[in-house]
Amino acid sequence: MPIKFPFSRRRSGPSDAWTKCPSCEQQVFNRQLERSQRVCPTCGHHFRMSVGERIDLLLDRDSFEERDAGLESVDPLGFHDDRAYVDRLEAARVKTGLVEAAVWGYGRIDGHRVAIGLFDFRFMGGSMGSVVGEKVARCLEGALVERVPAIVVSASGGARMQEGTLSLLQLAKTTAPLERLDIAGVPFISVLTDPTTGGVLASFASLGDVIVAEPRALIGFAGARVASGTVGEELPEGFQTAEFLRDHGFVDLVVSRGELRATLARLLRVLPVSRAGMTADEADRTRGPIGVISGLAERLGGAVSEGIGIDDREATNGDRPVPPARVRTDR
Amino acid sequence: MMTLDETLGSVAERVAMAPPTDAEAAAAWSRVQLARHPQRPRTLDLVTRMFSEFTELAGDRLFRDDPALVGGPALLDGRPVMVIGHQKGNDTDSNIARNFGSAHPEGFRKAQRLMRLADKLGMPIVTFLDTAGAYPGPAAEERGQAEAIASSIKLMTGLRVPIVVCIIGEGGSGGALAIGVGDVVIALENAVYSVISPEGCAAILWRSPDEAKVAAAAMRMTAADQVTLGIVDEIVDEPGEGAHTDHDATARALKRAVVAALARAAREEPGELLVTRYARIRSIGAYRETAVDAARHRTEQNLRDRIGRILHLPGIGRRRWSDVWRGAGDDDGEAEGGA
Ligand SMILES: [Zn+2]
Repeated sequence: MPIKFPFSRRRSGPSDAWTKCPSCEQQVFNRQLERSQRVCPTCGHHFRMSVGERIDLLLDRDSFEERDAGLESVDPLGFHDDRAYVDRLEAARVKTGLVEAAVWGYGRIDGHRVAIGLFDFRFMGGSMGSVVGEKVARCLEGALVERVPAIVVSASGGARMQEGTLSLLQLAKTTAPLERLDIAGVPFISVLTDPTTGGVLASFASLGDVIVAEPRALIGFAGARVASGTVGEELPEGFQTAEFLRDHGFVDLVVSRGELRATLARLLRVLPVSRAGMTADEADRTRGPIGVISGLAERLGGAVSEGIGIDDREATNGDRPVPPARVRTDR
Repeated sequence: MMTLDETLGSVAERVAMAPPTDAEAAAAWSRVQLARHPQRPRTLDLVTRMFSEFTELAGDRLFRDDPALVGGPALLDGRPVMVIGHQKGNDTDSNIARNFGSAHPEGFRKAQRLMRLADKLGMPIVTFLDTAGAYPGPAAEERGQAEAIASSIKLMTGLRVPIVVCIIGEGGSGGALAIGVGDVVIALENAVYSVISPEGCAAILWRSPDEAKVAAAAMRMTAADQVTLGIVDEIVDEPGEGAHTDHDATARALKRAVVAALARAAREEPGELLVTRYARIRSIGAYRETAVDAARHRTEQNLRDRIGRILHLPGIGRRRWSDVWRGAGDDDGEAEGGA
């Protein structure tokens, strides 16, 4: 039973207030900002978006079905700086109405079913601890299980310090499924929004088969302050912006917000999803077993006999050139 | 809301939520100091003692050779392995030449090149972690530091050869993890491992780098803490007052642990190796899970079974590693004998 995402269409702040654009310093009427997808009407500055706004922007209406909403952070280190980690978590929950800094689920973009993960920077800077890492990993595995494209929309300052090396290891947790997506032939689209830095960029976010970024988004490994402070070097023009990364070969497309949904829809049309490696049951629901085995043969060549077990009962049934087969799932 | 009464991946017992005491901060900081000790054995100090015929290879074939990260094939008790490690210097000149062990993207891309060679030839990989972190300068950013780290991590999750990771000094953040994904993780007694340097953590959360000692304790970055968190598998005791007092003894002890770890790995079927590694990576973290909707949970219940299937995708782990390693598990009595 699909869960409707409860925060969709909820806006933060009163709609009759003004917001000052940090780029052109014009005062923007909040209601106007909402209508313009949180893009400054004067200069085109892209304001940050909440998860709910992002879902409204990208997904077909009411198509989002959240998964694993019951994942909650704990405090494994007993971490305490000037505030306890558990208090910071609670404050972030109250502030955002979210349980954690990321959500994932299935949804549709222009009719294409996708597994999509989304970050919310308002929740502790979108930092990635155990729960965020788990959600991203389950999103990618969810794409693998259903053989639908994976999309993650990142907005994160990096790994969450309050969970120590458990956060660091989320870089591996969120990256390992991508290796499986490669083998299975399932595309992963990474969308980088302002800001995407640190451990999130140093893991899955940099590894999209296609990487899309919003204009002028801050994207970098280390904070710009760190980068210049460490070496005292002059920073190049546009350092750590989406455009800078595109020009250096690390981002495919810089796409303004108004075009983002259409761009993702186009990518979903041109990037095929392989059916290789699906079980017969899964394949029955989609394309049928013959398609599976021939697709596998194409992809794996001579390795097919090693990787696939032919179901004995069916294999003795006749001499069809391409036997109905199932991928062996037992050890 | 229904509680599943299931805390997946939960680790250490909850500790009292209070800022670290002065004593805890001092204890953690003394480990950090030992891990950074100027006379501490570096990667090459240990590699030359643990392996024979180490042949250092250079360059990432894309941009340049990064002296902050070294690697190449060597023999471990006569059997070929690929060795990769961060390389700090041991005085000012060599530290400048080595960029204090902080690699640029080309360092991690050299590591990837060597890992692919190991995978091709079926050589187990032994890595040595000793870095304050990946270099954060503008040139590193321009050449894709984040991409280099991410690619390296991803590559390691899928290599079909055993990987033994040794944290020998500072395990600093993404730059350490870039060569730190493995099947067995060993730490020297006074090594540390952290998501950010204690100075960096203090600057951000305490707004004062002077609180680095407190941050070091709060992040629980000692080798013993890492065992508790399930990130490090075993600790190798250091001689005397620390590894800096006796490089030979440190190398002997670490070699024993590496040989035993590889012997265990060699007993495992190649396909199982990747399944075990994936499960290991996947299980790290601490969280609580409650079912928000019972109906949803029923339909999704077999997700774990399906993940099991994901692990057994055809094509994973088909290649076996070198034949000389196939039998290595049979003679670990001799192997345990050490250097
Ligand atoms: Zn503006």
